[in-house]
Amino acid sequence: MPQDNQKPAIEIIAVNKWFGAFHVLRDINLSVAPGERIVICGPSGSGKSTLIRCINRLEAHQSGKIIVEGTELTGDLRKIDEVRREVGMVFQHFNLFPHLTILENCTLAPIEVRKMARAEAEAIALHYLGKVHIPEQAHKYPGQLSGGQQQRVAIARALCMNPKIMLFDEPTSSLDPEMVKEVLETMAELAREGMTMLCVTHEMGFARQVADRVIFMDAGAIVEINGPEAFFSDPQHERTKAFLGQILK
Amino acid sequence: MPGEPLSATPARAAAFVRQDPAPACPPPPSGQGVFAAIGDNLFGGWRSSMMTIAALALLGLALPPLLRFLIFDAVWSAPDGELCRAPGAGACWAFIARKLPYFAYGSYPIGQRWRVDLTLAFGAALIVWLLWLDAPGRRLAAFLFFFAYPILSFLLLHGAPSFGLPTIDSDLWGGIFVSLLVATVGIVASLPLGILLALGRRSSLPVLSLACAGFIECVRGVPMITVLFMANTMLPLFVPESLAPDRLIRPLIGVALFASAYMAEVVRGGLQAIPKGQFEGAQALGLRALPTLRFIILPQALRHVIPGIVNTFIGLFKDTTLVAIVGIFDFLRTVDSARLDPVWAGPTISATGYVFAALFYFVFCFSMSRYSLFVERRLSRGRDR
Repeated sequence: MPQDNQKPAIEIIAVNKWFGAFHVLRDINLSVAPGERIVICGPSGSGKSTLIRCINRLEAHQSGKIIVEGTELTGDLRKIDEVRREVGMVFQHFNLFPHLTILENCTLAPIEVRKMARAEAEAIALHYLGKVHIPEQAHKYPGQLSGGQQQRVAIARALCMNPKIMLFDEPTSSLDPEMVKEVLETMAELAREGMTMLCVTHEMGFARQVADRVIFMDAGAIVEINGPEAFFSDPQHERTKAFLGQILK
Repeated sequence: MPGEPLSATPARAAAFVRQDPAPACPPPPSGQGVFAAIGDNLFGGWRSSMMTIAALALLGLALPPLLRFLIFDAVWSAPDGELCRAPGAGACWAFIARKLPYFAYGSYPIGQRWRVDLTLAFGAALIVWLLWLDAPGRRLAAFLFFFAYPILSFLLLHGAPSFGLPTIDSDLWGGIFVSLLVATVGIVASLPLGILLALGRRSSLPVLSLACAGFIECVRGVPMITVLFMANTMLPLFVPESLAPDRLIRPLIGVALFASAYMAEVVRGGLQAIPKGQFEGAQALGLRALPTLRFIILPQALRHVIPGIVNTFIGLFKDTTLVAIVGIFDFLRTVDSARLDPVWAGPTISATGYVFAALFYFVFCFSMSRYSLFVERRLSRGRDR
């Protein structure tokens, strides 16, 4: 368990957000300690993706405060840039750049954003591609890789920016079943190394194995937060029970 | 499972279970070889046989007179129009050969025509360098073509008295080199302008988006001839007399603006095709708007719309003939006026001149089309599954 004497990596205070008239996030309060691994689950439309997308401001929240690594997210572009440099994100649909090779996908941001020299960026990219076990694919294009490989490239691409926090937005939801495992193993390795992680997923085995805390969201609100053991064996809320009953048949 | 060796237990191994895959059957005979393809495609049934025969008959009717006119009965060399006026004479290629310098240079002074040649040669070399995708130093080529070459060609064509090149007024310019000049300026200006307009139209700033959409719709909404007239008569009203642009520059601006409005919509189509995830992927990596556009969005968007871009280029190339309407002696106009020369006038001269003009435009447009196909294939190599 992470120690509580440090200042939090992410602080979310009374955050609300609407899409038009639809109240998608209701009074969210959450504090994430450095090195903490959090899994967010809940039925679709419950706002879990929107919540983590607010953390690197792919979505703007309308009230409340989000403070990431000491920087409060507002409309200020410089602060948004600062936060995005420290927060890596992995998407459901990978969002790799199809016209660039795997290596170029991984080196583009370090070169353009971190102003790294190309040789250095490539060395780092190859290091992380090795960590996700696909260094031999470096010169291929994303379209030539399997879904699981593409998602591991996406993880490596995010790691190349040397982020302090990693966000995962349903990273295995669009993968064939036999590829889910390789991606989850990569994520578990990352967790073992002490990365601060927020992960939206339906992989309850992963949650049980890796998470420090599991969050259950429904209808835009956090319904329940608990350690994984307690969360799965002794859910407190009816809705949590119903949800777990649905997916843990 | 057929074809898969079964590891059945000896007790249950039956005699009818194959142990090896069956040998592959040869493909059916049709679809192999030229004759089979002809038989299948052209005579694959009574309906397609009828169509084939009808098409052959049509060709049989149309081709011989065409070939007779263009080749067998054509007059290949003659000092004047006498031979071409003979009854039954075909195309008067001698006329084309004789007038070729006029078609190429218009009324550019004969003693100074090497300047045009030099400009065209430089331009051709730079364009080949740029279009040859594996050529070394293409950045340098781009710099030379887009920055150095315009200045050089202006000095060469217009003249620089301090370098000993007498000034040649643009009234005397004409022919193929003016057509190429108008087309090149239009093509080179319309792509970047079109990209800017397309981006502006998609902008979230209402004023910018409205201004770009307004420009595009206004320019697209009127005939090109109107734009040329406006450029010709109204541009001089907006600027002081001394700064009034040259009478060749005015239609150049008109052509460039007109083409860029069309280009903007083509590029916008490409931008629409980029999934939102590409923007988000770039944002999440901390890339700002400009690098995202430059490295992620535009390369993909432009690749999607290469056929549309080249389509616009080809349309623009042929539209350059319209500048004749504001008094520019483009290639087609020189053909048009040369055929009135009494020395050559005759029944076949007009047809010959226009066939030659058609060939000229076809060669250029077809090359653009083939080149774009080559680039498309080249860019999709290894990237799509």
